[in-house]
Amino acid sequence: MYIGAVHAHGHAHDHEHQAVPSDPALRTKALESLLVEKGLVDPAALDTLVDAFENKIGPRNGARVVARAWVDPEYKKRLLVDGGSAIAELGYAGSQGEHLIAVENTPQVHNLVVCTLCSCYPWAVLGLPPVWYKSAPYRSRAVIDPRGVLREFGLELPEETEIRVWDSTAEIRYLVVPERPVGTENLSEDDLAALVSRDSMIGTAKVFAPKPKP
Amino acid sequence: MPDAGMDAPTPVFAEPWQAQAFAMAVQLSKEGHFTWTEWSTALAEELKAAADRGEPDDGSRYYEHWLAALERLTAEKRLATRGEMLGRKEAWADAYRHTPHGKPVELK
Repeated sequence: MYIGAVHAHGHAHDHEHQAVPSDPALRTKALESLLVEKGLVDPAALDTLVDAFENKIGPRNGARVVARAWVDPEYKKRLLVDGGSAIAELGYAGSQGEHLIAVENTPQVHNLVVCTLCSCYPWAVLGLPPVWYKSAPYRSRAVIDPRGVLREFGLELPEETEIRVWDSTAEIRYLVVPERPVGTENLSEDDLAALVSRDSMIGTAKVFAPKPKP
Repeated sequence: MPDAGMDAPTPVFAEPWQAQAFAMAVQLSKEGHFTWTEWSTALAEELKAAADRGEPDDGSRYYEHWLAALERLTAEKRLATRGEMLGRKEAWADAYRHTPHGKPVELK
């Protein structure tokens, strides 16, 4: 970058005026101002949506669903039969009319969720996906070598455990109901929910009982 | 592949424009300007095009592809033209260059 003369001349100038934002920031601003002007999007609705995803919708929603399924067998049945209606009972709903399918981990079967094409994800219960979920290596390898992928997440499964990989689409999203860890029989639903990690609901982690207090 | 502190809470959006681009796509689909299937197809095509160009696809440039998909569908669905988008982008850049520090940036 040539900064000599330009810098000497432009120094004061640069500080009097505002820095031009990055290319994607400018394009987004351009698009937004056009769409607002044409009455196609409402800026207040955009703010509400962003606020919801930044502050309200996230993996804590899914954790509450899982904890309820652990303590209430009837709820679990409903969840596995019709995920969308079951999460709606707890006040969560998808925003794109998609179907939610809950898949249950057992000692025999471990479920893993991926979106090989883009980044479809159960927003209503998990919020927006982590960066690795959107990365090409995860998207391509989860299907070909799920065991190897899980190993990279520090999850070594017994050879005899069957791994089922679910490829999400715009219409169908998956939520993994992890196994309830042993030794949690006396925990409340809230305490159970606190144990459930985001990754355990994607299938790249297990849930463990809290360490006993010394 | 797992990020540091796999389950650590990370900010949902790294920069404000990502949040805006995200929300516009969801909003336009909600209003019926395109279906969510059309959206994910467009996004998948952008991701594939980036991979074909040899760009490392580690998820870090995800929202750039999201924005490209949004611009493409906006043009395809005739919600706004490429020319309008380009012209408006230049107008904003210009507005930043000519607005004194501390004043709100507005289009003329």
